[in-house]
Amino acid sequence: MEQLYTQWKPILSSGGDLSFWQEFFVKFYQAFIEGDRWLQYIKGVGTTLYVTAMALILGVILGVIVAVVRTAHDQQRPGHHNPILGVINAIFKVYVTVIRGTPMMVQLLIMGFVIFASSKNFSLVGGLTLGINSGAYVSEIIRGGLMAVDGGQMEAGRSLGMNYADTMRFVVIPQAIKAILPALGNEFIVLLKDTSLISVIGGKELLYAARGVVSRTYEAMYPFLGTAFIYLVLVMAFTWLLGKLERRLRQSDRR
Amino acid sequence: MIDVKDLHKSFGDTEVLKGINEHVNRGEKVVVIGPSGSGKSTFLRCLNLLETPTSGEIIFDGVSMTDPKTDINKMRQKMGMVFQHFNLFNNLNIMDNMTLAPVRTKLMTKAQAQEEAIMLLKRVGLEDKAYAYPAQLSGGQKQRIAIVRGLAMHPEVMLFDEPTSALDPEMVGEVLEVMRKLADDGMTMVVVTHEMGFAREVANRVLFMDAGEVIEQGTPEEIFGNPQNPRTQSFLSKVL
Ligand SMILES: Nc1ncnc2c1ncn2[C@@H]1O[C@H](COP(=O)(O)OP(=O)(O)OP(=O)(O)O)[C@@H](O)[C@H]1O
Ligand SMILES: [Mg+2]
Repeated sequence: MEQLYTQWKPILSSGGDLSFWQEFFVKFYQAFIEGDRWLQYIKGVGTTLYVTAMALILGVILGVIVAVVRTAHDQQRPGHHNPILGVINAIFKVYVTVIRGTPMMVQLLIMGFVIFASSKNFSLVGGLTLGINSGAYVSEIIRGGLMAVDGGQMEAGRSLGMNYADTMRFVVIPQAIKAILPALGNEFIVLLKDTSLISVIGGKELLYAARGVVSRTYEAMYPFLGTAFIYLVLVMAFTWLLGKLERRLRQSDRR
Repeated sequence: MIDVKDLHKSFGDTEVLKGINEHVNRGEKVVVIGPSGSGKSTFLRCLNLLETPTSGEIIFDGVSMTDPKTDINKMRQKMGMVFQHFNLFNNLNIMDNMTLAPVRTKLMTKAQAQEEAIMLLKRVGLEDKAYAYPAQLSGGQKQRIAIVRGLAMHPEVMLFDEPTSALDPEMVGEVLEVMRKLADDGMTMVVVTHEMGFAREVANRVLFMDAGEVIEQGTPEEIFGNPQNPRTQSFLSKVL
């Protein structure tokens, strides 16, 4: 293969005549195989997955906390308003407003070049930013899910003498999660693809690897098409996993 | 056992309960009847503080439910409630529905609660449904389970809010049968219902509510046989 490549490459660059398949071979080889470039893509995918996982975990933790606090605040009995809950609720509201009101790219630039300007761990800063961003959206999805659970479920739990937290944990939250899984899945897919933005602060993820190859070979098509293909495969794998989870959670709907 | 003193409840500007004074004795079966919107559900839900009274006092077992210092969860453990729409926990099977509260409130160990649940399910003929989910049951079955789920906490009083109103007619009987047995066992019960036959048969006392007030009360014979208030008369002439 290497022989064919070294034989055909000069013909292509001098504008000589190559068949479609010969040209495909040369450009493909150059984009993915020459100089073990595929290793760069693999490393990029690794960073992409690492940043996604970090952002996902952080986003879910933040999202659940913000959603539960805001819901608990809204569900207080009249005359039983907890001032601490009120303050935390106000802070969380500002958080959601600011994150949803500013572009992801701007948040990344601020985190990367202002707040953590001295940090060289770009993946960490990227994952942190994406997680904080995702948390705001996830919290709204979860809040919607919590509100959509029939109020009778909470009332039944409380009428049995269970406290608010236990009823939330064992009855309301599991039902909310099941209802919002498709919306959460969507959010996670967006998150996975948004990791491509961290290249603006120097994060060495998949798209960064592809751009590196483009700048060295002056050939854009194959690296970028390959990148698109890899994202597609990742998203499809993710969707498949979510589908499995959904089917497991749906067992209580069996009739 | 339950003392209601000058109970008022408003939603926004509309006053739904306009000063109710009642007393429920241990072992008594009180049936509450009245037209739609008269405040029956609100009254019942104020008893276990699912609704917070605007003013007035609820005293249960000598403890003021309305006092902010009262541990409301502890008090509610002694008051079972059955809802019109059953409100079984949809994400849990019947066994978990029945054991969750007794275990989480540390009333019983898991093993004790499960043993108790099986015994209660047998009592209503549904032990074969222990591992079914609510969505797999008929309305009548769900309501019977909702009743024994409440009983699993060993309550001192059971509150029923139109327990048969959401049921198909052929399932009403099986639920009333369970309630009748419960009454025979001496349970204290407060029942909001449109089932006048049940009220006649089981009630020690019938309360007639209209527009947020208890207008008339008495034994079933008095209320159904010889109602005094014109509004009671007109309501009964429509439903009987
Ligand atoms: N959460 C609420 N917010 C506002 N208004 C309410 C609320 N709950 C009840 N109401 C109003 O209070 C009044 C009494 O309601 P309640 O449910 O107690 O009546 P009811 O006697 O149980 O009627 P029904 O026989 O239809 O169940 C009604 O006018 C109702 O619209
Ligand atoms: Mg009602």
